[in-house]
Amino acid sequence: MILYSFRRLVGFAATLLVAAAVIFILLDLLPGDPARFILGINASAEAVANLRLQLGLDAPAHERFWGWLAGMFTGDFGVSYTQRAPVGTLIWDRLGVTVPLTAIAMIISAAVGLPAGIMAARRRGKAPDTITMVVAQLGIAVPNFWFGMLLTLLFAVTLRWLPPGGFTPWHEDVWAALRSLALPGLALGLPQAGILARVMRTALVDVTGQDFIRTARAKGLTKGEAVWRHGVRNALLPVLTILGLQFAFLIAGTIIVENVFYLPGLGRLIFTAISERDLVLVRGATIILVLAVTATMLVTDIAYALIDPRLREGSVR
Amino acid sequence: MAKTTQLFGLILSLGLALTSAALAQPSEIRIGVALEPPMLDPTAGAAEAIDVVTYQNIFEGLVRIDQDGAVQPGLAQDWTISEDGLTYTFELASDVTFHDGSTFDAEDVKFTFDRILASDSINAQKALYEPIEAVEVIDPQTVEFTLSRPDGLFLFNLGRGDAVIVAPESAENNAAEPIGTGPFAFIQWDRGSRVVLERYEPYWGELPALTKASFVFIGDTATLTNALLAGDIDGTNNFAAEALPIFEANPQFKVLVGTTEGETVLATNNAREPFNDVRVRQAIAHAIDREEIIEGATYGYGEPIGSHFAPHHPYYVDLTETYPHDPDAARRLLTEAGYPEGFIATLKLPPVAYAGLSGQIIASQLAEVGIRLELVNMEWAQWLEDVFTNKDYDFTIVAHVEPFDIGIYADPDYYFGYDNPEFQALVEELNATTDEELRRELAVEAQTILAEDAVNGYLFELAQTGVWNAKLEGMWQNAPIEGVVLRDIRWVE
Repeated sequence: MILYSFRRLVGFAATLLVAAAVIFILLDLLPGDPARFILGINASAEAVANLRLQLGLDAPAHERFWGWLAGMFTGDFGVSYTQRAPVGTLIWDRLGVTVPLTAIAMIISAAVGLPAGIMAARRRGKAPDTITMVVAQLGIAVPNFWFGMLLTLLFAVTLRWLPPGGFTPWHEDVWAALRSLALPGLALGLPQAGILARVMRTALVDVTGQDFIRTARAKGLTKGEAVWRHGVRNALLPVLTILGLQFAFLIAGTIIVENVFYLPGLGRLIFTAISERDLVLVRGATIILVLAVTATMLVTDIAYALIDPRLREGSVR
Repeated sequence: MAKTTQLFGLILSLGLALTSAALAQPSEIRIGVALEPPMLDPTAGAAEAIDVVTYQNIFEGLVRIDQDGAVQPGLAQDWTISEDGLTYTFELASDVTFHDGSTFDAEDVKFTFDRILASDSINAQKALYEPIEAVEVIDPQTVEFTLSRPDGLFLFNLGRGDAVIVAPESAENNAAEPIGTGPFAFIQWDRGSRVVLERYEPYWGELPALTKASFVFIGDTATLTNALLAGDIDGTNNFAAEALPIFEANPQFKVLVGTTEGETVLATNNAREPFNDVRVRQAIAHAIDREEIIEGATYGYGEPIGSHFAPHHPYYVDLTETYPHDPDAARRLLTEAGYPEGFIATLKLPPVAYAGLSGQIIASQLAEVGIRLELVNMEWAQWLEDVFTNKDYDFTIVAHVEPFDIGIYADPDYYFGYDNPEFQALVEELNATTDEELRRELAVEAQTILAEDAVNGYLFELAQTGVWNAKLEGMWQNAPIEGVVLRDIRWVE
């Protein structure tokens, strides 16, 4: 087990290093000079050269790469070109929006998707099943941003129950902060609920056909009791995998929703930084995303291995 | 007894809450703007968004530009100009303090301009202040500028965001915590979300009516529309033209349509074949139908131009009929130039709505005379590198928003690739002239040369289209300079 965890950890570190190198190289190849972007088209070549010097853009690529990598070990992600502020702080502030937003979306997704999937499986082939699956399919097909705009029109413009966008910082008013995340959370979470409902239904239908449910029925449990006590628990495994994937997907996929609701999240930060060629900031934010996703995978792998000894042997993987 | 006190307390707090809400609302404003400034120091970057928030609100210059583009006294209350136009003596306002409490005097003016002109300066408009030879402190209230040559635009340039007065104690931190002398002090910046300003009570001039202003950053047009309709923001200075009808029909809003300094041109690479042939450029000018472009790309908001000059400027002459829309004439000129079948060229488009839409219309207009355009969409950073810096382009569409920037045509290294010694001499003379009548004549001549040479395809002057709560007054209708000036804005019933 220790050896297994160690191997996984080495793989994790290697992935990060390769990702860092790829991110750096790709961004370095992008056309566009950050200094010219900041100073605009009427600035003299001299002013642009001065700024390039100030930003350290003239150093050779390998020096800049190692400098960046070494800095990250001490938590120093560099200073943003355009905003002239530490990258670490800029990203940290944005995580305070993106992480809670993702969490709310996942809670909504699970709270709506799981019961819907269970109900559909239990009424398989009947009207509730068909209706749930059609609605779920619709939820998957509708784009987040469009759904978000419909929600704004109804709840913010017409009913005026919730703010149309923007974000009140947590330290100012927790309730207001939660309210500003409600509509974007729904816009992100409901389409995910559609996916979850379908997965839950399929998993449960698969499980109910298996021997241990028949055994449970033979022991005298009703069909409902057998499904609740044994079926749902077993069907949850594939569902948890999907939830893990959704977390990674949502963290990286909030860009559009953050734009529609003008939320100061990580997605919007990266979006602006790319268009302004704020390469230090893009690099820092991207590596944080890679870190979040690979760490989730590392934790999932080790947790699975703890539960299922077969995975540690190497025969399965 | 306890119950009565409780009830009384409840009524009192409710009453307080209601009255404070009633009192607070009319002196605060929330303004939606599309772009967030990357930082808040107008002397260290060219982004328009910086000036939108800070210009004349947080920071002030020696002079200020008013709504009509005229120069008004600012921190300099009065000035005298020597006979030869080389010495400017400014009398500074008294009792002026920076928002951190430090006092303003002539030393701050000298510091500001020495900083702009320093060899390691990163001021985006340093070139405009190059005529300054020396800045001398006469006494704390008097400062003298010596120029190396007369400069007709000197006072106007002092009124730009790039020349606002900063203090040696705070200049370094202005990017994140701007400290100026203006009527509003910086309070907080929730990055990605908003910047909050508050009225600066010890302000030396007349206090504005607003006590608080927030600039809220909303990039998406549909979202901005919803925020206005939901009452989340009170207005925006420049809104997408296609959505204006929603607000024109709504009595809760007023739409202010004004002019800007943005000359939108079909920029042409004059250094490249076949555009180095004036007949080809004339053919393009004949092929363009401005009315159709304005209708399609800006929904009718925008004024046709025939040269690189803003129609509201006193020196403007209408040259839109230099090459009237005439596809036959265009084909004739192309045949004369040796392209009877036309040719293929690329049109590189920056990521702004007016460029994308104009590009499609122009492509179909030029196709009528045989010029087939390949449209290439680009990000700003890529556009700046490919088109602006490397001059690797045939055509592009962009609005040049600097005030009075006809001088860019006198630089043969500018991305237009236009090299005309006669024009260069003319601009040199114009720059060195302070006599109004003579300046006007020279400016008219310069406009005419550009129109006749058809250096670029001259399309239209961008309009400023503001949408505001109908109960607001005092917003600028025009944008002679970048900025959302809060000074005169107030709520009325």
